[in-house]
Amino acid sequence: MSKHRLGEFEELVLLTVAVLYGEAYGIAIIDEMERRLDRTVSIGSLQTVLRRLEKKGYLASELGEVTKVRGGKRKRFFTVTNLGRKALEITKDQRLDLWNSIPNIAFGD
Amino acid sequence: MNDPKQQPSHWALKFFRWYCHPDYVEDLEGDLHERFDRKRLAGGMRKARWALVKDVFALFRPGIIRPLRINHPFTNTVYMFRNHLKIAWRNLFKNKFFSSINIGGLAAGMLIPMLIGLWIHNELSFNMQYPNQDRIALAMQNQTLNGKIETWYNQARQLEPVLRKNYGHLFDGIVTTPGTWTHAISYGDKKVKQRGSYFGPDIIDMLSINLLQGSQESMEDPNAIFLAASLAASIFGEEDPMDKPLVLGQELAVTVKGVYEDLPKNSEFKNLFFIVPWERYFQNANLEERTGWGNSWFNVFVQIADNVSMEEVSLAIKNAKYDNIEKDYAERNKPAIFLHPMKNWYLRGDFENGQNAGGRIEYVWLFGIIAIFVLLLACINFMNLSTARSEERSKEVGIRKTLGSIRSQLISQFFSESLLITFLAFIISIGLAYLLLPTFNEIANKELQLPWGNPTFWLLGIGFALLTGLIAGSYPSLYLSSFKPVKILKGTFRTGRSARLPRKALVVVQFTVSISLIIGTIFIFRQIQHAKDRPIGYNRDNLIRVPIKDDAIIKHFQTIRADLLNTGMVEEMAGTDSPITSTGVTNGGFDWPGKDPNASNDFTSLRVTYEFGDMVDWEIIAGRDFSRDFASDSTGFILNEAAVEYMGIDDPIGMVMRRGDAVHKIVGVVKNLVTQSPYAPVRQTLFMLHETWLNYINIKLKADAPAHEALTTIEGIFKKYDPANSFDYTFADESYAQKFDDEERIGKLASFFAILAIFISCLGLFGLAAYVAERRKKEIGIRKVLGASILRLCQMLSKDFIKLVLISFVLATPISYFLMNNWLEEFSYRTDLSWWVFALVGILSMVIALTTVVFQALRAALMNPVNAIKSE
Repeated sequence: MSKHRLGEFEELVLLTVAVLYGEAYGIAIIDEMERRLDRTVSIGSLQTVLRRLEKKGYLASELGEVTKVRGGKRKRFFTVTNLGRKALEITKDQRLDLWNSIPNIAFGD
Repeated sequence: MNDPKQQPSHWALKFFRWYCHPDYVEDLEGDLHERFDRKRLAGGMRKARWALVKDVFALFRPGIIRPLRINHPFTNTVYMFRNHLKIAWRNLFKNKFFSSINIGGLAAGMLIPMLIGLWIHNELSFNMQYPNQDRIALAMQNQTLNGKIETWYNQARQLEPVLRKNYGHLFDGIVTTPGTWTHAISYGDKKVKQRGSYFGPDIIDMLSINLLQGSQESMEDPNAIFLAASLAASIFGEEDPMDKPLVLGQELAVTVKGVYEDLPKNSEFKNLFFIVPWERYFQNANLEERTGWGNSWFNVFVQIADNVSMEEVSLAIKNAKYDNIEKDYAERNKPAIFLHPMKNWYLRGDFENGQNAGGRIEYVWLFGIIAIFVLLLACINFMNLSTARSEERSKEVGIRKTLGSIRSQLISQFFSESLLITFLAFIISIGLAYLLLPTFNEIANKELQLPWGNPTFWLLGIGFALLTGLIAGSYPSLYLSSFKPVKILKGTFRTGRSARLPRKALVVVQFTVSISLIIGTIFIFRQIQHAKDRPIGYNRDNLIRVPIKDDAIIKHFQTIRADLLNTGMVEEMAGTDSPITSTGVTNGGFDWPGKDPNASNDFTSLRVTYEFGDMVDWEIIAGRDFSRDFASDSTGFILNEAAVEYMGIDDPIGMVMRRGDAVHKIVGVVKNLVTQSPYAPVRQTLFMLHETWLNYINIKLKADAPAHEALTTIEGIFKKYDPANSFDYTFADESYAQKFDDEERIGKLASFFAILAIFISCLGLFGLAAYVAERRKKEIGIRKVLGASILRLCQMLSKDFIKLVLISFVLATPISYFLMNNWLEEFSYRTDLSWWVFALVGILSMVIALTTVVFQALRAALMNPVNAIKSE
């Protein structure tokens, strides 16, 4: 169980990659996260997390086509692997489990 | 989009590419570009640039930064190393010419530091074998004579008792000795001659003498003699030497009370083959009556106590003499005693103005520096040739790189290549050292040996080869591996100015060192020749000197002289108290009209017989020679010019010099005779008559007499009057020539090194010229076809090199001028630094360089152009 533990930022990145299915490369991910979550994301922290998740096997990547923009450099598109999906599901289940276990009185008024 | 003005800031991207993990560079750089473009369109160029810089630094974090070492799991180090060696080996054989120049030059370059290293080690270990060496010292004295400080190595016999009584707690041992010389030792009918001396009992502990037989207590017995094992063996053979009677010299009866292990060869006391107690000498030579504080005839060695330092003791005993002698003598001479530590005896034995002024240590430094320079020259050669050939190897580098070699592999390839060459050179240089060591020993007057069994030697040698290999290989390996493969393979690659400049600088350094060495060597030889050519004021041809070993010779002086003259082979014979070529006796305390009453004085003096003047053929410039016709001549003096000047008198003839009650009339003045160092000014000298106080017989042979026959005849005559002793003789011109030994040795060594240095430099130049000629083969061919003359071609090829040699000469001239000026300062009789020597060496080096280069140029120019052009 514990080896599938995701950090908060890691979870958000994985989810965003999943949302952007097929279009998830560095800048798109940043844009999407900033738009949906209303927070600034630095390129440095995002990229380290992406590489770390790839190394752990939660993400896979492949290079796209050469285009004239971007100084002629290719984009790297990320996709969530099965292992990544599993990790996300486990996290989600844990959260739900916690939500469901909260007694009504806890948020008293 | 491609407008450079709209491009992101260049340096930030460069920095990014440098640090980023190679797998991530492409897409991340694309992202950076995209963000930059977006910012630019939204907020303008400046903001975009700033944002990019921020992004680049935001990415500078672990996970993105490249690892220090990228692992290539498929690299097999062992196979690669084997491949490197194989390629290196093939390369050696492919270019036999360059390889032999490379290896030969390096071997010669390693040989010199090896020989010099052995020599320096030997010099530095002199006297270091005695366990107490750091606490042993020679007590010396500074005397202030007329404001000038003179440093004496000798002491009066009274010093030891004073030191023992007043300063005893500072010393563990004190010994006085009259010096070491050769004595005849007889055992029954057997007679040997060996060097030895008289010492106090403390000498045994001081020098940690290893007594094989007998005990130290016997040193208290004045009749004892202690023999070195080698001497005991040569006298007694298998017999037990203990308690056997011996006769020292004519009649001194002694008994063997001990045998000791021979003292270390490489030390001050190597010639101490026997020791007789000082007490015996004291009684026998009647020192009690004969010597006072004024007779500084002896050496005093001390061993200081454990708890004090050399400096402390030296300061403490400063007035040991001053406080114990008559007031006015003390005031006049101000004798100050000080210690000269054993570690300085050999290497720092010179004194100037009462201060230690170095000595042989300067030569140790000089040769050490030469060794480093020669090694540097050889390394420079190696680097030069390798870089010059780099273009040939550049295709190999390009292909290796495209096939996936990373830079560190190429670096290690070229390092293993240079290490292979240095180790080959090292082996060759050891072989050469082995062959040359006997010659080197002869020149350096040493007994050096290659320490085959010494691990330190091998460690040093191999470490030294490794270091040379790394230094020599660093430039080619780091430089060659930096080539861009695409450029090389496309053929657009050219080693530009940046590659040629260091190569040229290296040639200049080489030639600067070689030219300076040659100039230095020439001046050393000129100085020796200058001193040899110095007019010495007398004729030393065919002059021999025979030590007087028996008083019978003095007693029968006139008869012997008559016998000798009768043979028809001898021109003249005269007696003296010192050898003519090294007068050491001084006399002082004279008074004469016009002398400053407060000044003390001191003259070198030589006791001679009436015949002396005729024999040496001196030149009388005033007055006359000694003559039997004037009875007063027996106490008369003849002065040399220096003495007249020293005394400050105008008309010396007939003037009277007094000392105490003695009255001496000056009968003549002679031209200066060089009787001491040929480099020093002639000292003021008195010649005085004496018929018995003589130590040497000097004989002038007739010029036409066959020397060998004459000597046998003379020996026969001497044997008649002194049958017991052997007949020894020395030619005056030979002993005079010996005075140049040290300088000649330095000169020979320096010229040996200078020749090697220029040889190594020329080898380098030769290799470079050959390479350039090879590279420009096609150009030369085409020029020839178009009508260039051979002369023009040679000019074209050698011009560059000659320019370099010219620059070296301009650099070397002031350097060597400065160094030689310093060296010559040490001699008061010295040669000039004539400008023509510099010019000559300049021309000479130009000629040597030109022949080296022109040989190659000519070969290239004479070649049939068809062969050059049609190739490929």
